[in-house]
Amino acid sequence: MATAMKANLWNRKHLLSMRDIGRGEILSILDTAASFREVNHRDIKKVPTLRGKTIINLFYENSTRTRTSFELAGKRMSADVINMSVASSSVKKGETLIDTLATLQAMNPDVVVVRHSESGAQEFLARNLNAAIINAGDGRHAHPTQALLDILTIHDHLPIMGREDFQGLKVAICGDILHSRVARSNAQGLATMGAQVRFVGPPTLMPSKVEEAFNVKVFHHMEEGIEGVNVVMMLRLQQERMAKAYIPSVREYFHYWGLTRKRLALASETAIVMHPGPMNRGVEIASEVADDLERSVILEQVANGLAIRMAVLYRLCTPGSRS
Amino acid sequence: MSKDQPIVVLSPQETLVTLDTLADRLAQSIARPEKRVVVGIRRGGALVARMLRERLNRLLDHNLPLGFLDISFYRDDLDTVGPNPVVAPTDLEMDLDDKRIILIDDVLFTGRTIRAGLNALFDYGRPERVDLVVLVDRGCRQLPIQPDFAGVVLEAGRNETVKLVESPEGWMVVLKHITKAS
Repeated sequence: MATAMKANLWNRKHLLSMRDIGRGEILSILDTAASFREVNHRDIKKVPTLRGKTIINLFYENSTRTRTSFELAGKRMSADVINMSVASSSVKKGETLIDTLATLQAMNPDVVVVRHSESGAQEFLARNLNAAIINAGDGRHAHPTQALLDILTIHDHLPIMGREDFQGLKVAICGDILHSRVARSNAQGLATMGAQVRFVGPPTLMPSKVEEAFNVKVFHHMEEGIEGVNVVMMLRLQQERMAKAYIPSVREYFHYWGLTRKRLALASETAIVMHPGPMNRGVEIASEVADDLERSVILEQVANGLAIRMAVLYRLCTPGSRS
Repeated sequence: MSKDQPIVVLSPQETLVTLDTLADRLAQSIARPEKRVVVGIRRGGALVARMLRERLNRLLDHNLPLGFLDISFYRDDLDTVGPNPVVAPTDLEMDLDDKRIILIDDVLFTGRTIRAGLNALFDYGRPERVDLVVLVDRGCRQLPIQPDFAGVVLEAGRNETVKLVESPEGWMVVLKHITKAS
């Protein structure tokens, strides 16, 4: 895959965001993920790589897909994986993050995968826990493994787009940018790889001064935003936002911002459609587009998520990286 | 000569001769080529496997299947593997069940790579038999694993490395003393 790029200096203990992850590091993860993809396609989908290692999935927010993906990744590498759904138990009884930290410290895990509604919770744990921390999504801040799996999915499709690398690749990230950690992590990771990222969405769902902060172009018209792009990445409109004043109605949102076949025709002929899931069909994406196997790579994203998470766990458990 | 200078164990010409001899001996041991599969352990073993298989195909007048095994995920020393291990995909598309595998590596040292290779191999099928072939058996074994065919046998110390390296004249085997950092 990325054999030409061997300055693969993965020298970090934690994976907290995509902000300071270099191109060589990303390529190193993609390379390793390619090998794990092979493991996931054979009859015996298990390797002894992380035997004896303990991984704790600490989820303060519900997330069946991401948690399952991390759980399966750890188990396929023979690690002991423990799921702690804190939202439904200890927090309700008044336990703070510091209390949880002490509990975790006593369990002496090697890796803790954390999802939290507050931006920065993972940074706090990383500063105070011996284990490697993987950010599985924090507030509106970051979701680095989603960005890595999206980059891998796009990488797979570069040959179809007639490209060798990400340089100059046009990627439109569309929808609720304001609340999206996926948009932020992808903007950072894709820019590092050399892509030109656009944020496309209504002004009410667009953070202020986002152009400077993420080096992106902002478009407030869907047609204009996706014209000629190589990748259309749709974002989930969260149900709770719909009740607030961000958008007039779901029907109107789809009318102006939904990805339809007609709108997709404005993108490059070989453009792929992505979505981090779970999808709201008929809200941000039309079913006929989501299910179009010629253009939609949404299921490939899920499969790549597993390989990427295995690669990240592998890299964080190689002790040379734990300096 | 300085202690840190590499010593040539096999020159490029000698490496080719060793491969020819090894292929001759292997070919003589093969009665049913249709049962045989060549598997090289990445990365040095994969290279030797390509070169040996080419010779075997000529000698046997048969097209032996060739696969590659990456043992990174089967190593028993993840804690000492270093920060940026190079991992390459395993490529074993062929059916291994009831086949006689010619498992090939470049240099046999402690035996741990072969142990990992055997573990990996059995996740892909149940071969009838596995023959171990190495270009160089350099000694210092830590596990009870021995080659069925070795191109060269030498006794290198634990403070020495033996490697297959590329030179402008071709692939060669060199021995180098390891100077430990104080």
